[in-house]
Amino acid sequence: MIEVAIKKSLNRYDGPGFLEVNHSFTDHRVTALSGPSGVGKTTFLRILAGLATPDEGTVRVQGATWLDTRASLSLSPQQRRTGFVFQDYALFQTMNVTKHLEYAGADGPYLEQLLSIGKMEAFRKHLPRQLSGGQQQRLAILRALALKPRLLLMDEPFSAMDNKLKMSLMADLKKLITDRKITCLIATHYPFETEGFADELFELT
Amino acid sequence: MDWTPVWLSLKLSAITTLILLVTGVPLAWWLSRKNSVPRLLLEALITMPLVLPPSVLGFYLLLAFSPQNAFGKWLHEKLDLHFVFSFGGLILASIIYSLPFMVSPVKSAFVHLPPSMAEASYTMGKSVRETLWKVLLPAIRPAILTAVVLTFAHTLGEFGVVLMIGGSIPGVTKVASIAIYDSVESMNYAHANNYSLVLFAITFVIVTAVFIINRKPAKSPLG
Repeated sequence: MIEVAIKKSLNRYDGPGFLEVNHSFTDHRVTALSGPSGVGKTTFLRILAGLATPDEGTVRVQGATWLDTRASLSLSPQQRRTGFVFQDYALFQTMNVTKHLEYAGADGPYLEQLLSIGKMEAFRKHLPRQLSGGQQQRLAILRALALKPRLLLMDEPFSAMDNKLKMSLMADLKKLITDRKITCLIATHYPFETEGFADELFELT
Repeated sequence: MDWTPVWLSLKLSAITTLILLVTGVPLAWWLSRKNSVPRLLLEALITMPLVLPPSVLGFYLLLAFSPQNAFGKWLHEKLDLHFVFSFGGLILASIIYSLPFMVSPVKSAFVHLPPSMAEASYTMGKSVRETLWKVLLPAIRPAILTAVVLTFAHTLGEFGVVLMIGGSIPGVTKVASIAIYDSVESMNYAHANNYSLVLFAITFVIVTAVFIINRKPAKSPLG
């Protein structure tokens, strides 16, 4: 269980606002986070990963406290080791596809499995600038999974993929996530995009 | 033609560039992080040599390091360091004078990297140092190369600061730019021309090499 009770002030395009989440996310399930632009979906994922700090609140992951503002406790992103798929992919410009995966994890057969799931076997030696937008996005997902995270956080992870590829990738990802018992949260503008992939929907307001 | 001034110029440029590469890149990274008043003040100080007349900088360095003044006297007596009219003084003055040429391009490159690049590395359990070494520095390699060349070429062409702090001691502080000045003073235009051509050729080759190496710089994945 991932128990979250946080509050953070936001500077939205239409004025100041608040992100407030009090929710328990089920373990080993995929939850789609939806809500209008500026509601704080990305900020929420960043708080879970330790890349942003809320004004107040707690985050408990499978019994371990990751964040407690009252106790001035906050595990670093390095300690949390969440798999994070950034909206801008955050790929490393001078690393090829293989190096990206090896930077995150060292399990050779598992990395091969990931390359196969992402249909990236033919692009092992390619640098990010030599990949299409969809391939870059797949690489960002595979890199996050290469870490073997307990918690996978994905920010608009399928936005640059065509429908056919997206459906195929989603099916393989879903199997991997289920097999490895990963808890997954996906921020998305369009909840229907994750139909068949997400088990639950959580609306941020 | 006496090649000693050219050799001294190259030696001074190489040492200065090496020292600034080791110290300037971490400094640029530190400056590129979240703004604060101490950072802004330090950056302003580092940028000063870009706009300050070299003679002003040279004059104050001369005063500071002169054995007749307190600081220079202390350096001389306690640490046996002599920075006035010595090659060591030229190195120190060059480091201060060329600092912005190393720091500014590198800092600018760090600032333009998407923050998510470092953050992605942190979520993978990598330390700040490992992220800097394996992710950020390779990503800004073209900017580092440019900074190295700018620093080297700028040091090679120094005149005002070098003249003020080092004078024109043959074999010690008489670098190529000073040799050109001395040759013109003594109406020996042939010598001045030789030194000028050598400096021109060296600088042209270096700058052209950088353009060739950087012609395909690493682009942003989204670029």
